[in-house]
Amino acid sequence: MNTQTAMLEKTKISVSNLNFYYGKFHALKNINLEIPENKVTAFIGPSGCGKSTLLRVLNRMYELYPEQRAQGEVLLDGTNLLTSKEDVALLRAKVGMVFQKPTPFPMSIYDNIAFGVKLFEKLNSSDMDERVEWALRKAALWTEVKDKLNQSGSSLSGGQQQRLCIARGIAIKPEVLLLDEPCSALDPISTAKVEELIAELKNDYTVVIVTHNMQQAARCSDYTAYMYLGDLVEFGATEEIFFKPKRQETEDYITGRFG
Amino acid sequence: MVDKHLSTQFDSELNGVSARVMELGGLVESQLRLAIYALSQFSAESANQVIETEFRVNTMELDIDRELSSIIARRQPTARDLRLLIAISKTTANLERAGDEAAKIARMVKSILNSGASRALPSSDLRVAADLASGLLRKALDAFARLDTTAAVSILKEDDQIDAEFDGFVRKLITYMMEDPRTISASLDLLFIAKAIERVGDHAKNIAEFIIYIVKGADVRHSPMDQIESAIK
Repeated sequence: MNTQTAMLEKTKISVSNLNFYYGKFHALKNINLEIPENKVTAFIGPSGCGKSTLLRVLNRMYELYPEQRAQGEVLLDGTNLLTSKEDVALLRAKVGMVFQKPTPFPMSIYDNIAFGVKLFEKLNSSDMDERVEWALRKAALWTEVKDKLNQSGSSLSGGQQQRLCIARGIAIKPEVLLLDEPCSALDPISTAKVEELIAELKNDYTVVIVTHNMQQAARCSDYTAYMYLGDLVEFGATEEIFFKPKRQETEDYITGRFG
Repeated sequence: MVDKHLSTQFDSELNGVSARVMELGGLVESQLRLAIYALSQFSAESANQVIETEFRVNTMELDIDRELSSIIARRQPTARDLRLLIAISKTTANLERAGDEAAKIARMVKSILNSGASRALPSSDLRVAADLASGLLRKALDAFARLDTTAAVSILKEDDQIDAEFDGFVRKLITYMMEDPRTISASLDLLFIAKAIERVGDHAKNIAEFIIYIVKGADVRHSPMDQIESAIK
């Protein structure tokens, strides 16, 4: 059961007939979805609906686990990333991910950022300094850490660590950013700062965010996909979904009549 | 009127505020009926009763709005719940103004009685329009309770009838005033009453428009009838 509203946006990622299995379990059922470029798309739905699974298909995270497999098409700028022979590390440089629990590397703040960049680009030290500063500014973290770039990444607060992870993700200049419940572990103020950041990021990147928090999806996203038990129930402009959704199931979920 | 949320608290809050609106509707209806009675019987006593009860309408409006703000602040309602609350806010405002019109009618009746010219005027002609308006308000409140969009559309069509009655009445009043200038003062009071009745019809119509908004999410204010009819399909 797939519904799709007509969009006037350019598509960055086009998902067609995507099916996903954990062993025998059919976790994603025939998903069809167009993720618009330079917008924030949110995946919402109850636990077990497949939203994180879908997110992780977008950068082939599932390949780390042998019993997980995806069938169908996921086109990133026209290339099917499920079957592409390109090095998956390069894919993950184009499609970056930030996880629920902040995961700073056990190294300095500076090195956290530089580490990823070094894997893909040869920059001299002053260019690298510039890139690190740029990434930290973009993540709204620069002023807080500029005087302690040599300190360990783990010395930062939870909210700062998460912004560090976002900075790390953007430093390699991806095209798409996948955020898997990025604020679940954060307090309200840090959450607000990350949400502000997400609003700015969409100017340069396509952002996809999985969230349990419906109000966050309503605040942050331009488009929302409601999923249930592996199906994409409804996809549309966030304003529409939260004001007048097309499907009764969607309305039941977002108004809390889910039973 | 609402199916159950996971939060029974939220359910009872929504049911509570919906019930309050119906209560306000009932009060305004009875104010209107009493004002029409005062007009048709030229009863100063009934007119006074309407005027004295007016404050209750105002108090209820304030209470409902306070409850609404509280629900919206705490529950971040979405979709149908959000539309329901917005519609309740506007319906409450329309009901309060309809209550105002009833009080205006009562005050004009007293003014006419004081002028002594009451018997010379075609006030019974107003009865037809008044009953139409009062009936329309009743229908609007019924339809709101049942969220009945078909009934809402027929209410929108009926309001035109009241407007036509009003125009006819104005023409009649003008001929009275031309024949006997001593009736002008009382005639003008009667004109205000006619206007008040016509406004009650408008308020009923507004309430009907919001029924469609709640159920279909379509804002049909200022829309032509064919668009409204396709909105409820």
